[in-house]
Amino acid sequence: MNARLRILSAGPGVTLQDEGRRGFLRYGVTPAGPMDADAFLAATRAAGAGAAIEVSLGGVEIAAEEAEVGVAICAGNFEVRLDGRRLPGACALTLAPGARLALRAGPSGAWAYVAPFGRFDLSTVLGSLSTHTRSGLGGLKGCGPAAGDALGLVGARPGPKEPMALHAPWLEVASEKLRVLLGPQLDFFERETVALFLSARWRLSARSDRMAYRLEGPKLAHRSGHDIVSDGLAMGAIQVPGDGAPLVLMADRQPTGGYPKIAHVIGADLPALAQKRPGEEICFTAVSLEEAVAARRAKARALAEGVRLEALTPELTSEYLLGRNLVGGVVDGDGAR
Amino acid sequence: MAGYATPRFLDAGEAALSIEFGDTVDPEINTRVLALDAALRSAAPEGLIETLPTYRALLVCYEPLILSREKLLGVVEARLAEGPLDRPAAAPARWRLPCCYEAPCGEDLAEAAARLGLTPARFVEIHAGAEYRAYMYGFAPGWCYLGGLPRELALPRRATPRAPTPHGAVLIGGGLALVASNPMPTGWYVVGRTPERLFSPSREPPLFISPGDFLRFEPVDLESFHALEARAAKGERLALREGG
Repeated sequence: MNARLRILSAGPGVTLQDEGRRGFLRYGVTPAGPMDADAFLAATRAAGAGAAIEVSLGGVEIAAEEAEVGVAICAGNFEVRLDGRRLPGACALTLAPGARLALRAGPSGAWAYVAPFGRFDLSTVLGSLSTHTRSGLGGLKGCGPAAGDALGLVGARPGPKEPMALHAPWLEVASEKLRVLLGPQLDFFERETVALFLSARWRLSARSDRMAYRLEGPKLAHRSGHDIVSDGLAMGAIQVPGDGAPLVLMADRQPTGGYPKIAHVIGADLPALAQKRPGEEICFTAVSLEEAVAARRAKARALAEGVRLEALTPELTSEYLLGRNLVGGVVDGDGAR
Repeated sequence: MAGYATPRFLDAGEAALSIEFGDTVDPEINTRVLALDAALRSAAPEGLIETLPTYRALLVCYEPLILSREKLLGVVEARLAEGPLDRPAAAPARWRLPCCYEAPCGEDLAEAAARLGLTPARFVEIHAGAEYRAYMYGFAPGWCYLGGLPRELALPRRATPRAPTPHGAVLIGGGLALVASNPMPTGWYVVGRTPERLFSPSREPPLFISPGDFLRFEPVDLESFHALEARAAKGERLALREGG
């Protein structure tokens, strides 16, 4: 019997993702792929794998069956516990059969990734196993894993004997404001409207999901009309529909849209945007194409350095974190519930 | 000549360039989009990731750390200098697609016909008598947007979306026609259903109608619709290509 991961519980919005579907935009097929490519790459590179379980705010509990399975986790401020023992948000470990790994939302962050050391035994659809639930493609028959599902693995192998901290240099880069490149439909907005867009403090709406992040704040008026002849949508495109509330198109975006786009979040800052939670504030700042490419290059350099696994130092044990009161939220000690 | 005298190059972030040929739905403009798309795909420079042709623009997704914007523009300008993009790279195919207009398939046909001041029979006659141009796919897999809807059938979209469409819905709205492969809420009118599966991920190729192709709807009755649907479910392609 091959090793597998058993999903003991999963909140809504937990899906399987690889780098996404490429080459089918022209047929209306959404690329999907991870919401936070940086965290996804940290987990998958540490695991030497190409796919991960993307965990939403609903959290997940996972156990290994039949054999030991290594997993790499990149979970930011999510609470990560192995049989109740608190671990750092980015780590690699071995799940022995019967052990229970639990991820729960922490004080911040919206998406976490769990990548097995091995390959999911799933057939790809149009070259990818990324789940796009709206069109029912990829994952487990078009859906994310739910409680009770087993994820078979091919070539599964154990990870480090003792849990180790995972360091990925590209995760340490963060900017205060999200950088945008203005356009391409700037001519649909007055100069003052663009200034308002850049100066406003936006709040992420509760009506946000993998398809789009909706922003609440001042209404952005169009110069005249809010319909354009539909054209292609890149990730990070900021559409302004008729109601004046901007929508940032994310991983599960529809490939084409008919609203003017005031700006695009630059590639390097998409992960930071993805990790915002409903209710959190967002501010934008405009940069040039050169700055956007430079930021992309800096991230690519950090990615080329690769990940590093380090023994857990006392500073990273749960006792220390609790002692320093660095762990947000209520300490309930129910990780082994 | 329809569209802009020279294309506009608009950045959609640092990793995508929108090359706009006009701002209307027009076959000449769309032909230029598709011709540039074919040219870029046949000799793709390293770093070009994917292209997405739509009605009037080509979105070129690229990796700027491999293919700089300048180099990409150079490739596009070189093609533009070679001559006008006035004809498709390959002869467009002409398809005949079965369509059932009868109840319950043509859910909104009576409503649409009444709004247009037509009898349902006359509506079907006009709709099935026209030849449509596939402009683009968009919104969802296999949602194929069609031009060529006769003027008599031009109807604004609904103010509020209707319930999700059935599989294979044949729709009209905003002066355009559409075949929608999978259920989604929509502001368009469902005037019929095709038993064909425009998008079938397990079939090779998963999609067979290309942007730039032409198609006609061939009315079938409800009984034939069900029989054809059963054949499509087994993976058969129902649409007939004119000229074989």
